[in-house]
Amino acid sequence: MTTPVVVTGIGVLAPNGLGAADYWAATLKGHNGIGRITRFDPSPYPARLAGEVPGFVAREHLPSRLIPQTDHMTRLALVAAEWALADAGVRPDELAEFEMGVITASASGGFEFGQNELRNLWSKGSRYVSAYQSFAWFYAVNTGQISIRHGMRGPGSVVVSDQAGGLDAVGQARRQIRNGSKLIVSGGVDGSICPWGWVAHLATGRLSTSDEPDRAYLPFDTEARGHVPGEGGALLILEDAEAARIRGARSVYGEIAGYGATFDPKPGSDRERGPRRAIELALTDAAMEPGEIDVVFADAAAMPERDRIEAAAITAVFGPRAVPVTAPKTMVGRLCSGAASLDIAAALLSIRDGVVPPTTNVSLSVEYELDLVLTKPRASVVRAALVVACGHGGFNSAVVVRAPR
Amino acid sequence: MIEFEVTIEDLKRILQEGAGADENVDLGGDILDTEFEKLGYDSLALLETAARVTREFDITFDDDAASVAVTPRGLLKVVNDGTSE
Amino acid sequence: MRRRVVITGVGVLAPGGVGVKEFWSLLSDGRTATRTITFFDPSPFRSRVAAEIDFAPAAHGLSQQEIRRMDRAAQLAVVATRAAVGDSGVELTELDPCRVGTAIGSAVGATMGLEEEYRVVSDDGRLELVDHEYVVPHLYNHFVPSSFAAEIAWAVGAEGPAIVVSTGCTSGLDSVGHACELIRDGSVDVMIAGATDAPISPITVACFDAIKATTPRNDDAEHASRPFDGTRNGFVLGEGAAVFVLEDMDSAQRRNAHIYAEIAGFAARCNAFHMTGLRPDGRELAEAVRVALDEARMSAEDIDYVNAHGSGTKQNDRHETAAFKRSLGEHAYRTPVSSIKSMIGHSLGAIGSIEIAASVLAIEHNVVPPTANLHTPEPECDLDYVPITAREWHTDTVLTVGSGFGGFQSAMVLTRAGRSTS
Repeated sequence: MTTPVVVTGIGVLAPNGLGAADYWAATLKGHNGIGRITRFDPSPYPARLAGEVPGFVAREHLPSRLIPQTDHMTRLALVAAEWALADAGVRPDELAEFEMGVITASASGGFEFGQNELRNLWSKGSRYVSAYQSFAWFYAVNTGQISIRHGMRGPGSVVVSDQAGGLDAVGQARRQIRNGSKLIVSGGVDGSICPWGWVAHLATGRLSTSDEPDRAYLPFDTEARGHVPGEGGALLILEDAEAARIRGARSVYGEIAGYGATFDPKPGSDRERGPRRAIELALTDAAMEPGEIDVVFADAAAMPERDRIEAAAITAVFGPRAVPVTAPKTMVGRLCSGAASLDIAAALLSIRDGVVPPTTNVSLSVEYELDLVLTKPRASVVRAALVVACGHGGFNSAVVVRAPR
Repeated sequence: MIEFEVTIEDLKRILQEGAGADENVDLGGDILDTEFEKLGYDSLALLETAARVTREFDITFDDDAASVAVTPRGLLKVVNDGTSE
Repeated sequence: MRRRVVITGVGVLAPGGVGVKEFWSLLSDGRTATRTITFFDPSPFRSRVAAEIDFAPAAHGLSQQEIRRMDRAAQLAVVATRAAVGDSGVELTELDPCRVGTAIGSAVGATMGLEEEYRVVSDDGRLELVDHEYVVPHLYNHFVPSSFAAEIAWAVGAEGPAIVVSTGCTSGLDSVGHACELIRDGSVDVMIAGATDAPISPITVACFDAIKATTPRNDDAEHASRPFDGTRNGFVLGEGAAVFVLEDMDSAQRRNAHIYAEIAGFAARCNAFHMTGLRPDGRELAEAVRVALDEARMSAEDIDYVNAHGSGTKQNDRHETAAFKRSLGEHAYRTPVSSIKSMIGHSLGAIGSIEIAASVLAIEHNVVPPTANLHTPEPECDLDYVPITAREWHTDTVLTVGSGFGGFQSAMVLTRAGRSTS
């Protein structure tokens, strides 16, 4: 009764590559997309590095009518959606409009747009607030703009669960396809690299204050000292496998085989944190054994306590050093709701090419019993991969992707 | 006397700044009597444009009428009538 | 056979009525809770009316620490959650916490808290490079509103899937619809689901001013919200929260819980038309209604009452009326349709859940709440909108709908427990 849900298109805008092909080539080469912030002057702040999407000129990619009404991250998302559809060979106008939907993740909406309008309001007055403010900053904006641009009138939703959102959106999209939709654009593209967003990130105390792009974000390392925020992400075309076959989809990257989500116990509780259960739920949902997973894409918080919890969860499920683990996000930073769908894209490309991308810059702490893929990509047959994502406050999600059958 | 007259050239520039321009439309041409809908502008674009005109020229006019203007000529009439009051 | 999902607990904080009893009394009396804004000086704004809640968080058991770290929207949601859990009688401590999930809708998250903190760190907009030295430790919780789901999960000890659903003004329907799907597919047994928004702040008022979406009827605040009336000229901003305990019907029956209603059908659709505009023909909303009825295995004739979105904008009420005719046919003319936004304003993402609460209370009491302030009929809104006074009306099944910026249309069918055949 459950229809396989497959990924037929990938659209990526990442700090180390525009487009899935560039991103993947850069990632396998270990190319670091982290650098000093250019979108504003970061010198007054204790953290000054970010993963910015380079060379993105919105006007080259989007109609000029959309520019004044969109935040930077929505522009990235619109382009990611367009590229994903093109990659899938989907022409939305040839499909039934009510059978296509959009389900994306958001973390803080179009925060830079919001900052500008707050500034207009408080420094100049209410008549300086943009006519687009009512939707350009809010969490639902990417789903809305994508559905309008491509004429998709099926299910629409937006989930917010911080860094876990990219997986939760895909889990929700899969559910809607099982309910009868044929195609859902899903995943997350995010970004809030503006002064007002930056101080919100700083408030967590979890940002790395290093100024060296190769030493700033070091998950599972004894020198783990916090993370580097980034922007971008990936949108995916999810389809009912049978519908994809009938329309003659040219490529199927893989199947979204399992999904699980949990929430941590209240801080101070002595109950176990949720990541292990999320992984187990995703495996159970996929009807797979841990031994069938060929690589784990870790959340990789790079805060010692959270690294410990994640490593313990992976070790508890798979056994010590029993499965290759990687975190290519060391090259791009943590992309909020864009992070996990980018990891799904990387996992699917690992399956396609038989190679696991590296976790760059990290020296694995002896504390962790992980087979962390360091420095260089590792050639390996990948039939199934697990992606883990954990959001601020206790959100844990996991997705299993596996090779198309 | 009309102190500030907003011209079609002003309007074209403000439309472009506040709402962009449709790729299939030549804003450089004679658009005075072309419907906003044909120019690719919706009600939001007109609201944003009216707000920008108000701020830039520091004038007030009947912005309800401005937001339902059908053509650039109609909008300019509303805007410039306001300035002469 | 798929699991059936029922509502066994309701918690509501709405303008004019903190608590289910007060809320229902306001609605059934047809009183309005709209007034001139008191939260800040509204004089610079075009629209100066809102439906505010008189809410003292400490009086509802929130600690000083909770009050400090939570935005008002989170505070409303946590208080509504505790009320809903108490009302349901469910002993959450006896359940496996991993089988209890959380789904909270919110359109604009911690917008009040964010604006307050922005003013501090930017020195009222003077600084472009805002000053991190003045940042409060919980700013990230305002920044990413998933913190609302976290607060609620902590409040009840839930460790199942937790999520914030943010689809503009349909958030409060969509979060409950999402929760329903999680129970149906067996992911969880109990969901704490609902929605909250507290948007009455200068930036929100300014952004709706800019597009003339809110009413400028400032001289008659009490009667400013006029859905379906010929003199309507925009919505009235509101705030509030409604949270429900959702369970699968079998376990609710096993523990002899009071069942308010079954969630029989739900659908959410994009209109793919415009971020703020609606097509006059109501086609997408009609599609959402059709799918929700299908899911409920019901036909138009089964609907006893339509709880409308009825925001009071020119555009919405026309669109919605067309959608009801399109989806319910002749039955649309025979069915009472009303908008409680006439009384409690439009609380953006929260209103969908508050309207679910109104719908289940209509079933509970066999009373249809009225559309207040409706004195001037007009040709394009020609259904039975239950003007001014509530109506005793046998109500087994309610259709409640929502429409939101971003181009979202959602519909939900609620029915007296045991009546649906699905």
